[in-house]
Amino acid sequence: MSLPPFQTFLVAHADRIHRLLVAVAGRQEAGDAFQETFLAALRAYPDLPPNTDLGAWIATIAARKGIDVHRRRARHAIPVAEPPERAVEAHEPADAALWEEVRRLPTKQRLAVAGRFGADLSYDHLARVLDCSPAAARRSVHEGLTKLRRRIAVRTEGAR
Amino acid sequence: MTEDLEARLRADLDARGDRTDELIRTTATAADHEGLVDVAVAVLDTPVGPVLAATTARGLAMLQYVRDGDVEGPLEELARRVSPRILELPERLSPVEHQLRAYFAGERRTFDLAVDWELVGSGFARRVLQATARIPYGQVRTYTDVAGEAGNPRATRATGNALGANPVPIVVPCHRVVRMGGGLGGYSGGLDVKERLLALEGARMM
Repeated sequence: MSLPPFQTFLVAHADRIHRLLVAVAGRQEAGDAFQETFLAALRAYPDLPPNTDLGAWIATIAARKGIDVHRRRARHAIPVAEPPERAVEAHEPADAALWEEVRRLPTKQRLAVAGRFGADLSYDHLARVLDCSPAAARRSVHEGLTKLRRRIAVRTEGAR
Repeated sequence: MTEDLEARLRADLDARGDRTDELIRTTATAADHEGLVDVAVAVLDTPVGPVLAATTARGLAMLQYVRDGDVEGPLEELARRVSPRILELPERLSPVEHQLRAYFAGERRTFDLAVDWELVGSGFARRVLQATARIPYGQVRTYTDVAGEAGNPRATRATGNALGANPVPIVVPCHRVVRMGGGLGGYSGGLDVKERLLALEGARMM
């Protein structure tokens, strides 16, 4: 089975990868990360082994680029006082605020939640991205969700 | 509670489809600037229907009539036979588009375009198409003529096959090759298109 045309591959995965990057790196940085991801893929493309799982491969590159881009921004961020919680509804955090919380998770859990719910990755694919077993990937998702729930509860408590 | 959180996480991440389309385009342009694109493609509208145009560093490699909206077939052939590094880049095809438009408007009689013969192969088939490229606007030749030009006047069937497999019709004018005695012969884009091109050029049938 030969490689599909890169254009076909790009179009097939663009939406999922865009969602993954928005989840991992935020909307502002997702565009740059998207370009870096697919340029890196294009460079390596002709040399891929014949039966490569392209979906898992591109998700792995995207996860790495997303984290890199996010770290670069964090390094250059100007420290400000924690903004007031005014924007957060008492019981229903806005989705943007929710994904902000996801991005505050430790890297492994952040990738797990972003991959699972942002890009609909199977646990097998997620395992490849996280470089662990599918069972461990499942655990990271669960841990990430547990932590998220706790932090959201704290925020809504604080807003009351 | 679990379902709530998971549902919210699955909801739209503000990664809207139209923004993704824009990212695809800017990524393709960036790839081109980095010299990573071996084959640039675009679907061009012509009076004889949509054609998939593909260009490489060497020149125009393909101009294929698109049937039933199927662009995947031609793209896969390009991936297999030229390179999988294929991206949609309309700006790379704009010289081809302009010249085709001028041709169909009756304003252009020769194409000022390099042709990439990669998909043609070598040997007899290439000689057939190179001979075909020399047929002037508005004139016709027979299969026998072209076979002779290519070095074997009796090889009319092989000539017909080479013409039928012409990856760059219109620019390499296989529509100007007809049967001795007045029959049109064949044409990959359909005989109605062949007739139309000959009529456009004012060619008289033999």
